[in-house]
Amino acid sequence: MKQDAQPAKVIPIALAQDDSTVLTSLYQTEGKIYPRSVSGWFSRWRWALVWATQLVFYGLPWLSQHGRQAVLFDLSARRFYIVDLVLYPQDLIYLTGLLIISALSLFLFTAVAGRLWCGYACPQTVYTEIFLWIERQVEGDRVQRIKLDQGPMSTGKFARKALKHGLWAALGLWTGFTFVGYFTPIQELAQEVARLQLGPWESFWVLFYGFATYGNAGWMREQVCKYMCPYARFQSAMFDRDTLIVSYDQARGEGRGARARSESAAAYRARGLGDCIDCGLCVQVCPTGIDIRKGLQYECISCSACIDVCNTVMDKMHYPRGLIRYSTPNGLAHGLSVAQMWRRVARPRVLIYTAVLLAVAAAVMGSLWLRTPFKVDVVRDRGSIARRGDAGRIENVYRLQVMNASEHRQSYTLQVEGIEGLQIASSNKVEVAAAGSLWVPVRVQMPPTAAAAGSHPIRFRIVQDDGRELLEKAVFLVPR
Amino acid sequence: MGDFFSEGWSWYVALVSVISVLACAVLLWLAGKARVSAKARADNTTGHVWDEDLREYNNPLPRWWMWLFIITVIFGLIYLALYPGLGAYEGMHKWSQQGQHQADARQMRESLAPMYAQFTAKPVADLAKDAQALAIGQRHFMNYCSQCHGSDARGGKGYPNLTQGASGWLGPLSGEHIVQTITQGRQGVMPAMGAAIGSEAAISDLAHYVMSLSGSPHNEIKAFGGKKYFAACAACHGNDGKGNKALGAPNLRDSYWLHGWGEEAIANIIKNGKTNVMPAQAAWLSQEQIHVLAAYVLSLSGGSTELTVQPAPAR
Repeated sequence: MKQDAQPAKVIPIALAQDDSTVLTSLYQTEGKIYPRSVSGWFSRWRWALVWATQLVFYGLPWLSQHGRQAVLFDLSARRFYIVDLVLYPQDLIYLTGLLIISALSLFLFTAVAGRLWCGYACPQTVYTEIFLWIERQVEGDRVQRIKLDQGPMSTGKFARKALKHGLWAALGLWTGFTFVGYFTPIQELAQEVARLQLGPWESFWVLFYGFATYGNAGWMREQVCKYMCPYARFQSAMFDRDTLIVSYDQARGEGRGARARSESAAAYRARGLGDCIDCGLCVQVCPTGIDIRKGLQYECISCSACIDVCNTVMDKMHYPRGLIRYSTPNGLAHGLSVAQMWRRVARPRVLIYTAVLLAVAAAVMGSLWLRTPFKVDVVRDRGSIARRGDAGRIENVYRLQVMNASEHRQSYTLQVEGIEGLQIASSNKVEVAAAGSLWVPVRVQMPPTAAAAGSHPIRFRIVQDDGRELLEKAVFLVPR
Repeated sequence: MGDFFSEGWSWYVALVSVISVLACAVLLWLAGKARVSAKARADNTTGHVWDEDLREYNNPLPRWWMWLFIITVIFGLIYLALYPGLGAYEGMHKWSQQGQHQADARQMRESLAPMYAQFTAKPVADLAKDAQALAIGQRHFMNYCSQCHGSDARGGKGYPNLTQGASGWLGPLSGEHIVQTITQGRQGVMPAMGAAIGSEAAISDLAHYVMSLSGSPHNEIKAFGGKKYFAACAACHGNDGKGNKALGAPNLRDSYWLHGWGEEAIANIIKNGKTNVMPAQAAWLSQEQIHVLAAYVLSLSGGSTELTVQPAPAR
């Protein structure tokens, strides 16, 4: 590089000597990636998580509780049923809490061991894994798939392709159907599908999510991670030099080269070779098509397929495992042992994430545990400010909306306090149906001279039969 | 379109929109075809370096991303053809917010029609004992009536209390009368009598006489003096002051004072009169809704003074 003699803010650098000019498009067409199948410890973990997440996702809407779907987000009725909980839109704070917990968990996991979410739990990874499995059953592994794609169209090729896309589409539709089943009772939905009487919106969303699953897991795959996912990009901001990432041990591996299995370590080291036999399997198994030996790249989703496959190669060569392994940049640079790296996990960043995460989780759980299963809104009548009632008493009128967030009919007793002698002149008993709500007009009376003219803060105390109570603030107006 | 709009603006908006969309399409086409000369560099940077060590990577967009842009162009053109977006052009669907609202409202009315049909089959008086109808009526009352009459229907100064039973009504207490009042509204007029009665003292005396009719605290002497002026009131309120339901003239012998109690309030009404208006509700409530609402209002005077209606049985 050549720099101008005069230092300037913007310094265009002369191009390197050996660059040759080429004509290129503004867009890039990327080759299809054919990930080779892999088995090993990390792969088994991924499949365990595929099973765990998908059993929950596909199974949950079919469970029933209290004579209704156990988990149902009823948007039109604005009731959100989660097993024993009935949440209202007013409970949005719990969703906020859940999102904060999710974000903090992500920060924590990522700081400790990189993109664990991407590699094991992200739906994009999970569905791609399932779709790849289907592809493998129909078209064979990497080599057969490449051959099939390069070969001319034939009846056999067409049949295989049709079968693959048919299976993908079916799984996609089932996924879309299940997703909609969280918002519309799934048993009714199933009957409607069976009778071909699905409503226009339900059809749209089933097809939309079905297509999204088919398109993302079948066609887009790593393109989603590379170009569409914002989250993939900002996770690297949470890495530091003590974060465990999938790394190639350059010192041990280089230089690469083929050798006979019988060749002794001393012999190939003398030839300038390291432990990497340059078989290329780590590139072949990579779902994003990168070469991990070039170091950490933003495309790497930490799926560890390269670790699994390299370990099998090392086993075959009778070399020690772990040429590609989970390690930290510091660990590789300073040759830290596993125990030393684990000790560095307990660093301030990780401890702070953990502490905040536990605090927020405890606060959300505590507030869910202590929450009263009913809500009251107090609305003062605006039309009549105040009026004279019986025996010169001052009367204000309120409207109480009582919402029963339990699954049983409940009765409530209303009380009012804040001014000497203040009392409810209308009925103070309210009954509300299960998960129902009711507007109740309430007349509150004050003895003629109990308070001066003006506005006085008062409180409504609403007591459920089991003794749980709520306090709601209101204002009592006394006319001049 | 307002008086100050010329049709030219509509064309202007439409042209700008269409030209912009087409320009985007042309730009995409040109960018897709373009071949730029670039240095093939081993480190995959463009060769530009700023501030000593900031390098720009050469990461071109994937080609499928261009198709997303093309899809938005196609979507935009189809949308502009179907829906109003190009100036004053209505779109092939003739969609409008008002039309959408009316269609939704019509659909809602149709879905509720069978329920209301079962209510309108009954006379208002019978419906006033139907828990489901009362629950619906109460919601209508909360939406349309409570602003003046209060959530508990006990009104306030100038706004009648609807819970006093037959004796408290200015007119006859019947379903038909309530339906008529809600549908057409009512106008209550007490003419200004100040000139006819005469002096302030005379009006004060008359006010005390009026108070004496209901047994309210009053000055005996003034009331005695005011009796002779009551002849001017008797045409509507009757010689005995019991009012006239056919005219809507209030009973002055009961304890209910719609426009305020006491000498000052009564003297004011005598002197200046009062025009009180109940607005007609027919413009926004259907016949069926008024029928159910009337049943609820009637139920307010039906013995029970408590207004909390039991909710309809859960479906």
